[in-house]
Amino acid sequence: MKGILKIAFKLLVNDKGKFAALLVGITFAVFLIVMMTSMFSGILKRSSATVLNVGAKVWVMDPAVNTVANSIPMPDYVLDAVRSIDGVKYAVPLYSGGAQVKLSSGLYQSVTVLGLDDATLYGRPRLLSGNMEDIYAENAFVVVKDAEFRKLDNPKIGTEFDINDHKGVVVGIAKVTTSGLFGVPTLYTTYSRAVTYIPSTRFTTAYILVEPKSEAAIPHIENEVRKLGYQALTKDEFIAKISDFYKYQTGLGTNVMLMTIISFIVGLSISGQTFYTFILENLEKFGALKAIGSKGRELVFMILFQASFTALAGYGLGVGLATVIITLARLRLPSYAAQITYLNLGFAFVMVLVIAAISSYIGVRKVLRIEPFDIFRG
Amino acid sequence: METAVNAQGLSKWFGEGEARTMAVRDVSFEAYLGEMLYIVGPSGSGKTTLLSMISGILRPNAGKVMVEGSDIWSLSNDGIAEFRLNRVGFVFQDYHLFPRLTTVENVAIPLILKKKAWSEAVDVAMQYLEIVGLRERADLPPVKLSGGEQQRVAIARAIAGKPDLLIFDEPTASLDGDTGRKIVSFVKENILNEQRCIIIVTHDSRIYEYADRIMKMEDGVLKGIANGANHEK
Repeated sequence: MKGILKIAFKLLVNDKGKFAALLVGITFAVFLIVMMTSMFSGILKRSSATVLNVGAKVWVMDPAVNTVANSIPMPDYVLDAVRSIDGVKYAVPLYSGGAQVKLSSGLYQSVTVLGLDDATLYGRPRLLSGNMEDIYAENAFVVVKDAEFRKLDNPKIGTEFDINDHKGVVVGIAKVTTSGLFGVPTLYTTYSRAVTYIPSTRFTTAYILVEPKSEAAIPHIENEVRKLGYQALTKDEFIAKISDFYKYQTGLGTNVMLMTIISFIVGLSISGQTFYTFILENLEKFGALKAIGSKGRELVFMILFQASFTALAGYGLGVGLATVIITLARLRLPSYAAQITYLNLGFAFVMVLVIAAISSYIGVRKVLRIEPFDIFRG
Repeated sequence: METAVNAQGLSKWFGEGEARTMAVRDVSFEAYLGEMLYIVGPSGSGKTTLLSMISGILRPNAGKVMVEGSDIWSLSNDGIAEFRLNRVGFVFQDYHLFPRLTTVENVAIPLILKKKAWSEAVDVAMQYLEIVGLRERADLPPVKLSGGEQQRVAIARAIAGKPDLLIFDEPTASLDGDTGRKIVSFVKENILNEQRCIIIVTHDSRIYEYADRIMKMEDGVLKGIANGANHEK
């Protein structure tokens, strides 16, 4: 079989024009599919940045919350009620809100402020410099060093700024797992300072972060919170809820899906048509091989090999091209959201296999139908 | 002489009902090892259909093709393909060489189909290119060769699998008269031997002089078998 496949390989790659057209078609399709799905993955991941960075196992919120940024404040009694649920090890409030920072340059910059529980600082970020205890000092804030950090003029420890007409001072520079989606810097402070510095509604608790006594206690906690008229979600459930919101309740998911389908159709059209022409041009040669003594399954293997080889080569080139483009884009735009995941790669791979399967199916049908007698008849 | 192929009552028709066309009607004959047998007749007389049936290409509607005492058409599809690969060599009218392969790779195809390793198949194919005098053209693609050279490459490919039945379909149709005669003469002198039967379909009377016997077909019927000019040699 190796010899037959070598013949198939030479027939394919020595037809340089068609081979190039096939590769371009599949590479282009894979590139578009990977780019689209990577951008979508990056956006979804960033939309859950606070959930990932804070890291609490269970989040209690108003059931109407769809994204972490659009929190609906809850009354204080909910915190006490959650703390009294059997299975809760401890529960702390989290403040999440927006504010305007006036920089030393006189410019204003929107920021996200996260207020951590004063007693425990539960959900605190990992510091790159400074001491976490300094967050209790007067006007203290910790700045997250992510893609948006430069928008605060690259502050250092001791840098002062105004936040909603209050003084603020940087006491720590922190690192988090994921940057936010909306392109604004993030500041951490204590819960009490956050509610003091930032104008709020009557209720101030955006989320209640819960540490369960065990994984087994989570369903009971979720049930009890539901009885209070609120919703408790595990970290993964909350991320899924946010993702579902962007996928199904905004145009984002639909648009990405449409673009992915279009990419697939473009790739299939170019590759399918080219491969079909390739088979048609070689049909007599396949018939001659059949006449000489090649079996039908050997010809099928040849075509499947040609289609698979082209698909895999195009897949590699497409993924490589997407990787290069995303890497270059990140060098220029630190906040560029696209991220290539194994799921994206797997999805693109399946799409490529479908393109190869459809293309080769057409070829196989043609080749199996050709009769050696047709070669004699001319 | 030992029988290479024994055709018994071969018939073939195409279409059904009123559209049925009788291509070959009840043809019987024997071809022998060591002979060059011509099938001649006007266009549409059933020559190519008959050739296809005895070479395992086209299944007859009636009759048998006996080789070594067995009807080849009793074999499975894979068995028929094996028969063609191991026992029959084809030289097609348009040669059907692969333009994306080199000359020597074209000749190696039957050997590769016989599961020989690539390098070994190419080495053996080179020996057959030597026989047809094209060793120095081995690495060229067939499109760089003249019509006569392409014909010789097709002959080398046909004999590379050491078949005992060699089928030529209109071997001189694409060649000028002189080259055509040279090719057939070459085949007669260098390719035909006691272990091989060569059957040639042609209506080129200029090459009749090389035939041992000539079968005449007309309207799908075998009109007779005559000894060729070469019969006594």
